[in-house]
Amino acid sequence: MNPFSSGTRLRDMIRAIRACKTAAEERAVVRKECAAIRSSINENDHDYRHRNIAKLMFIHMLGYPTHFGQMECLKLIASAEFPEKRIGYLGLMLLLDERQEVLMLVTNSLKQDLNHANQYIVGLALCALGNICSAEMARDLAPEVERLLQFRDPNTRKKAALCAIRIIKKVPDLAENFINPAAALLKEKHHGVLITGVQLCTDLCKVSAEALEYCRKKCTGGLVRTLKDVANSPYAPEYDIAGITDPFLHIRLLRLLRVLGQGDADVSDLMNDILAQVATKTETNKNAGNAILYECVETIMSIEDNGGLRVLAINILGRFLSNRDNNIRYVALNMLMKAITVDTQAVQRHRATIVECVKDSDASIRKRALELVYLLVNESNVKPLTKELIEYLERSDQEFKGDLTAKICSIIAKFSPEKIWYIDQMLKVLSEAGNFVKDEVWHALIVVISNASDLHGYTVRALYRAFQTSAEQETLVRVAVWCIGEYGDLLVKNVGVLDIEDPITVTESDAVDVVEVAIKHHTSDLTTKAMSLIALLKLSSRFPSSSERIQDIIIQNRGSLVLELQQRSIEFNSVIEKHHNIRSALVERMPVLDEATFIGRRAGSTPATVSTSNGPSLNLPNGVTKPPAAPLVDLLDLSSDDAPAPSSSGADFLQDLLGVDLSPASKQPGISGTNQAPRTGTDVLLDLLSIETPPASPITDILSSSQVYKSPHASLEGLSSPSALSTRAATPAGAAPMMDLLDGFVPNSPISEDNGPVYPSIVAFESSSLRIMFNFSKARGNPQTTSIQATFTNLSPNVYTDFIFQAAVPKFLQLHLDPASSNTLPAGGNGSITQNLRVINSQHGKKSLVMRMRIAYKSNDEDILEEGQVSNFPRGL
Amino acid sequence: MIHFVLLISRQGKVRLTKWYSPYSQKERTKVIRELSGVILTRGPKLCNFVEWKGYKVVYKRYASLYFCMCIDQEDNELEILEIIHHYVEILDRYFGSVCELDLIFNFHKAYYILDELLIAGELQEPSKKTVARLISAQDSLVETAKEQRSTISNIIAQATK
Repeated sequence: MNPFSSGTRLRDMIRAIRACKTAAEERAVVRKECAAIRSSINENDHDYRHRNIAKLMFIHMLGYPTHFGQMECLKLIASAEFPEKRIGYLGLMLLLDERQEVLMLVTNSLKQDLNHANQYIVGLALCALGNICSAEMARDLAPEVERLLQFRDPNTRKKAALCAIRIIKKVPDLAENFINPAAALLKEKHHGVLITGVQLCTDLCKVSAEALEYCRKKCTGGLVRTLKDVANSPYAPEYDIAGITDPFLHIRLLRLLRVLGQGDADVSDLMNDILAQVATKTETNKNAGNAILYECVETIMSIEDNGGLRVLAINILGRFLSNRDNNIRYVALNMLMKAITVDTQAVQRHRATIVECVKDSDASIRKRALELVYLLVNESNVKPLTKELIEYLERSDQEFKGDLTAKICSIIAKFSPEKIWYIDQMLKVLSEAGNFVKDEVWHALIVVISNASDLHGYTVRALYRAFQTSAEQETLVRVAVWCIGEYGDLLVKNVGVLDIEDPITVTESDAVDVVEVAIKHHTSDLTTKAMSLIALLKLSSRFPSSSERIQDIIIQNRGSLVLELQQRSIEFNSVIEKHHNIRSALVERMPVLDEATFIGRRAGSTPATVSTSNGPSLNLPNGVTKPPAAPLVDLLDLSSDDAPAPSSSGADFLQDLLGVDLSPASKQPGISGTNQAPRTGTDVLLDLLSIETPPASPITDILSSSQVYKSPHASLEGLSSPSALSTRAATPAGAAPMMDLLDGFVPNSPISEDNGPVYPSIVAFESSSLRIMFNFSKARGNPQTTSIQATFTNLSPNVYTDFIFQAAVPKFLQLHLDPASSNTLPAGGNGSITQNLRVINSQHGKKSLVMRMRIAYKSNDEDILEEGQVSNFPRGL
Repeated sequence: MIHFVLLISRQGKVRLTKWYSPYSQKERTKVIRELSGVILTRGPKLCNFVEWKGYKVVYKRYASLYFCMCIDQEDNELEILEIIHHYVEILDRYFGSVCELDLIFNFHKAYYILDELLIAGELQEPSKKTVARLISAQDSLVETAKEQRSTISNIIAQATK
């Protein structure tokens, strides 16, 4: 009952499947077949087992699941007959892979078949073993394979040799068992055995130093002779390919010689003559000959130095490179890549041809050539090569532009001889393929521009020109917008004109046009628009006469659905409208970005890099997105590092931007006004902050403290703060028992009775100069929220001024800080500052509170910074 | 070494797959899908090599079929082209000017021949004649077994008549 004789159902099934017009039809046919096969399997039907497996193999090739047939393969293998075994092993190799546990079950059958009297059955077993054996099977069956290497039939020996390769790759420890039998195969005359033997020795030498040593000593001479024989052999029809006798054997011999010669000058010497002969005498009008030459070149390049041979090899590659056949050019590029480490000069000679290959129509060749060019670039040829590559950038395919741009940018950054050249080339790349330029590349460009102070005018004018022609390249637009924001005045006044520049007249309104186009263009993304807004703010101070127009443009984004733009627009508008006196200080030119720091950070590839070169925008508190779990110190360092302006003006900036209503309100004489306004400002801020960065409290503190000490009503402080707190205390959410403060007003506070369980106060921090006490309270029905009243006491004889308390908590907590009662702490414990904190514990009952804090103040005009961690919170908070 | 061999028709149908490195079923499907996307769309005059995930795929088109072999970076691409051609010639000799239909209906034969040519992703036999001889010897073993079986079943049938 052979499944493959005509009229059986395998053929019918294939026909039925091929007749299907739709995928659904095909699925139906396959489903029906699979159901029939399953039931046949369940009935344990011997006669149809091989037919079932044959069908399953076909179904498997179509991509349907066939795991249910795996056991059937094992049964077929276990049967006594050759036809069953043949199809069984085929099914095993196709339906299973080495990672399936079922495979272990076949080890025993394999062992029996490896010892079978029929050499074809042995062959089947060897083939299966060689194709799918796992490490465990390799260990179990290695002795059988070792024995079969000396089997009388050459076809079995060659199969055993390849099997051994799989075994030593799976279990390198077994290599030493195979060294002697493998070396014996090298003396064979049968080509099948010879090539598999050579291959086995090559792989042995790769995994075992012992084998390498052995082959170098005992086999080199024999291999050289064999290669000589086969290279000079007369026409042998059985092995002839395109006039060459057995190119496969040539190639394998050359490969083994390469392994032996590498790192051994004596062995390399032995093979020089034959390599020279192969390199010069091989026919090159057919692929087979070129394949041999290619292998020969690689061997020459890899073995120990012989100047003459290397020249020969490089010349062969040169010939390959000018070949019309794409395949040959591809391998030439591939090999030149290896040759470059051996002889850069020789490869440089072919530079022009290689650059031509970058422009080839074949993607594989382009890719190779580009990588090669990248290796060829050095200080002396960077300019012409870059020029050539950038010129090609204009014409290259879209899908190749990404790779090409990345490589060009990398070349420019690595080898740029001077800043002006760097800027020029980068501008060309940005105008051609700005959309392919990665963020870090244009960030780096901005750093370089900012450092090249004598080129600011030149750069901004060049960018202005480039923008006119290539406004569709996003990154170009960004850099242009940034530079116009920073150096707009240089653009208009034509400052620092270089001799090479064409004169250009740009009016203030032209410059604003550019930014307006950028912000209004529909393809501009958030980053570009945000950068444009900042550029506009900066220009409003640089171009006082265009100030109104700029304001108009900014206002248009007030209704933006993107929070970032809306916020910037509103804030900047108020800066322009109400703060003429500080505006110019606020939008001063960016201080020079430190290149070393930038590069260092980039190497660390922290997300913070992005903010460094993005201009002042990201110093806005809600721009600093930072994982809330980050330690406090990091958080603080980041914000202080990134502030480009001196810290005091940074605080002003924030204050002005965020406390929109703050200053007008604080000018009002009424107490209530003073209280209300800052609080609303702060609340808005808190709400905004809590969206993205709960622990962004430092900013809150900068705000709250500066707000207090900037207030003209110093005398009101004592009154205003407690009343602000009492307002808060009255609201149910922040029901803090301000006992010591409220006592003065309400002797027996009813609020305290309403409060939840009472917790003991703790000393959260104590040093020789400062003590911090925490009092806790919880509102009933809201166990997650804890109100903390922090009381700061000065233990030193000096008054502390500019007192700021900052805190940070891990991710599962949310922290809200209210303004402190004062920023001046009297000496010697004669008074205290209080500040309310509210902590929401999202894991209440599972985790207890923990907090880090940092306290900064001035004592005797000296800045003092103290840090601490509070982990002694009472349980149950 | 050769990691896998694929035969894909111009329409993207798989005609033969042979895996010498472990790939799970899922990976196999993905590899086939990705590679047929790359290879079938390449123009006729381009080189026969595609770089793919740190490997190289050498492919050659014969009539409507693409023969693809995936190899390591340091392997000899030109030689693989020769091996593909070697395989095609053996198939051609076996089927007598082979066509895609032969490989569909006799896919198992194509596998048997490949197994006589490659093991563990390495070339096993440089002689077409030897491969043909080994295949026909095994085919005749199958034929003999089949004849024997039919005679036995005849005898049984007659005996139980």
